[in-house]
Amino acid sequence: MKTNKYRMLQLLGSVIIHAFLMVAAITCLFPLFWMFRSSLMSLDTIFTDKSIIPAVINFNNYVTAWIEGGFGIYLWNSILYTVVVVTGIVIISSLAAFAFSRLEFPGKNFFFIMFLAAMMIPLPGGFVPLYVLMTKLGLANTRIGYILCMINVGLSMSIILLKTFFDKMPTDLEDAARIDGCSKLRIWWHVGLPLTKPAIVVIIIFNSLNVWNEYILAQLLLNENSLMPLQTGLMKFQGSHSVDYPVLMAGLTIAAVPIIFVFLAMQKHSLKGIITGATVG
Amino acid sequence: MSNALVKQKSSLFHDNLTSFLFIVPAVMIFSVFYIYPFCDIFKLSLHEWNGIDLQKQFVGFDNFFELINDNDWWGSLWHAGFITLVALTFQNLLAFALAFACDRELKMKNFYRVVFFIPPVLSEVVVGLIWTWILYSGTQSAEHIGLLNYFLDKIHLQHLINNWLSNPKTALPCIAIVHSWKGFGWGFIMFLAGLQTIDRQLYEAAKVDGAGYWGMLTNVTLPMMTPVICVVVILTILGSMQAFVLIISMMGNGLADYTSVPVTQILDAMVGSKRFGYACAQGVSFGLILIMISFSVKIVSDKLKKI
Amino acid sequence: MTDREEVLQELAKRYEEQTGIKIKIDLYAPSDSYTRKVIASAQAKVLPDIFGILDKKEVFAAFIKNGFVSELTSEFAKNNSEWEKSLFPKALDINRFEEDNVYGVKPGIYGVPLDITNIQMLYNKKLLKKAGFDRPPKTFDEFLVMIGALKRIGITGFVSGWGELWLADCFASNYAFNIMGEEKIMATYRGEVPYTDPDWIKVFEVFETLKNKGALIDGIVTKVNKFAEQDFALERAAFAFNGSWCVNVYQKMNPDLDYAPMIPPPISLDFPMKIWGAAGSSFVVNNSTPNKNKAIAFLKWLTAEEQQTFLSGETKNLPANRKALLSIPKVLSDFAKVSDQTTHPTIWKYNEAVLVTDKFDKGIQSIIIGDKTPRQVAQEVQDLKQKVIEKENRRKKIQ
Repeated sequence: MKTNKYRMLQLLGSVIIHAFLMVAAITCLFPLFWMFRSSLMSLDTIFTDKSIIPAVINFNNYVTAWIEGGFGIYLWNSILYTVVVVTGIVIISSLAAFAFSRLEFPGKNFFFIMFLAAMMIPLPGGFVPLYVLMTKLGLANTRIGYILCMINVGLSMSIILLKTFFDKMPTDLEDAARIDGCSKLRIWWHVGLPLTKPAIVVIIIFNSLNVWNEYILAQLLLNENSLMPLQTGLMKFQGSHSVDYPVLMAGLTIAAVPIIFVFLAMQKHSLKGIITGATVG
Repeated sequence: MSNALVKQKSSLFHDNLTSFLFIVPAVMIFSVFYIYPFCDIFKLSLHEWNGIDLQKQFVGFDNFFELINDNDWWGSLWHAGFITLVALTFQNLLAFALAFACDRELKMKNFYRVVFFIPPVLSEVVVGLIWTWILYSGTQSAEHIGLLNYFLDKIHLQHLINNWLSNPKTALPCIAIVHSWKGFGWGFIMFLAGLQTIDRQLYEAAKVDGAGYWGMLTNVTLPMMTPVICVVVILTILGSMQAFVLIISMMGNGLADYTSVPVTQILDAMVGSKRFGYACAQGVSFGLILIMISFSVKIVSDKLKKI
Repeated sequence: MTDREEVLQELAKRYEEQTGIKIKIDLYAPSDSYTRKVIASAQAKVLPDIFGILDKKEVFAAFIKNGFVSELTSEFAKNNSEWEKSLFPKALDINRFEEDNVYGVKPGIYGVPLDITNIQMLYNKKLLKKAGFDRPPKTFDEFLVMIGALKRIGITGFVSGWGELWLADCFASNYAFNIMGEEKIMATYRGEVPYTDPDWIKVFEVFETLKNKGALIDGIVTKVNKFAEQDFALERAAFAFNGSWCVNVYQKMNPDLDYAPMIPPPISLDFPMKIWGAAGSSFVVNNSTPNKNKAIAFLKWLTAEEQQTFLSGETKNLPANRKALLSIPKVLSDFAKVSDQTTHPTIWKYNEAVLVTDKFDKGIQSIIIGDKTPRQVAQEVQDLKQKVIEKENRRKKIQ
């Protein structure tokens, strides 16, 4: 009897939880569905056909988006930029965050506050000095110039986020490693990084998304079409006056798919991260 | 004796140096790509400049004095503040509740975790388009075009039908809600990442002590989550105070002075009226305001941690 | 500009085939990106051989005064002004600086127009017929009568993308020309006539009347133009106010849409109604490039009849070249008919300060949402104008 009641309560609880999660999930899925549905229509039916599944399904928009949008080269560029920038950010920011959290050196607080402040001050008009500087350094219209700029964009936030997680790292592990004679770099690599995996996953996702969706800096720094990332192609579908919605939607779907895959892949790793974290602990 | 001291000193120096090397790459990139433009911007904020002239006119702190008396500027700060308040409460509570619900053995857990992250993945363009369509006002052949008004009409709540985006009472709240919808996925994965680092043994221990769900939440989860909550709160503040793309894509130049935010003001000053100096002054003051807010959050959370 | 990308790239290819000179064209979207790029490139001194400025005359002037743009007057004058004569004067005017212009630029021509746009009212023939009218309104009163008749059969009267303030500003400017004429408008910009003048209040009252008569589509004040274009293309409103680029947009969205352009119906008989029209986009030549002559030769080729016909046929924009006008679609040529009634801020002797214009346009929004009366708005605009004038005077004194 008692266990029955407990079961009922548990069941009720899980129904409520699922209902709550489900409602939230539907509002999130709806736009994705809408985007995909629109990408299968044509410009003269997109506003008139109100059915849930379009009467005429047409995959041509994907072909148009791919060819006219020049998506082949853009996609490659975006992947390259995302991988390099995110790798750069993870290495550089975790080194710095580790130092800010676990090591002692003069000026530590000063530098940390500098990064913290930088995260908050937007740089309107910063594009003028930046471009002048990049031109002087010969980095304008180069991949490396854009990559360095994008690393800088994600740096402050990543450092601060990672430091929060390093702060939570138990000191005894580190002490044990130190007694074993590990160098600081090895402690960072063998102890620090594995323990902050969930945070690193967050950083990877956050920065991938940032780089993937970026076009303002790209258009400022780059001239050649062959260097441009994906978003530039998308922007071109929304000309100043005419918008070809179905093709735009096809392009947006193409652009959204890889990033959703990155997220899916990261999900797995974040689970693994917890398991390793638990075994180390 | 003195030899040993020197040795100790040099090893301390060596220790400091190797520690410092950890932050060198970050500091180098940062100096070139952030500090340098920032200094230039601060310099610009003391000038009157149209963005083109090779000569800039030095005006001292005039731009800042003008800013203090600029009611539109303060109004825009209040609007951004409103969006932020909605994001802090509605968006973060939702994110936390969802993360908390997902941090357990649950069917379709992975499904939820992926789905909640869809809105942040979508570009602002899609989000703007979809929500404009949902909030559209007007009718065609006596049917409401916008999904929300259509729905209200169908469930006989006609008195609630509204020009959502061009009514001063609802325009800003609508923007705030769409912004929160787009952003809660972030809070969700951060909270979830935080929840997952909490040692399960702590929960077990609390259970042994006879704590219920509520007790575990207040005694274990929340204290352990304070640093993460603090980061999420700061990131929410920074993200929401600087939100503007949605406003532009959903309502163009905005609704009179009801939906202006600092970033649109800065863009107007820069691209619209070509007052780069003034725009830079706005940017610098805006940054200072954000720093003050974030540091107060930090101080409050440090106090909380001690309790 | 990006809607012209394919066509421009095609033209560049043809030019290379004909002359062996390779032209590289980079286009940027959205337009804010472009503005940033041009400004930053000017400061870094890496402007391309040919570029567009796409901004207010004041900004154009600043580019010239700082030596970024080369003067083309003598090029246009060559061979008995052959090049100049081949183009529409209105299109050329926005690239021209007159004697004693307020910007202090040496008089002359500094840019080459690619195409022309103008902004007019459009009416849906089918919807008007449904309400019992077989021709567009000739006066504002007649327009209101039609709006009433349309309303009775459940059709919204008027749509425009006034969420983009400049479109509302353009509409107001049209009526200001009709009510008080160019002289008085310029006098207002100079600060000699206040915005509280009865004529300006009449301009604001146009919006109040439209609102009171229920002519405006729901949510017009925050409607982005692409949504306004959708509304008209899908026959959700009988009248629209939009630029000539809409021909291309409507064609794609609803090929069966039966519509025609019209001058906004005048409210007064005192002065002629004027609409905005000028070069849609213009190119300038970099003053410090060694390829100056090649750049000019390319622009000459680009504005010649054959290329212009091709360009306007593909993009459905009005050509800048007179001869190319003969071979364009009917609706488009209807747009071109009114070119003697066009005017544009870039050819006025004076322009209002951006801050005041902004206040003015937001005031229009306030009137439409019933927040403020025309009088209140006029007063607020005038107060700001006063402040701007005072600041300007102080600055002049310092200098």
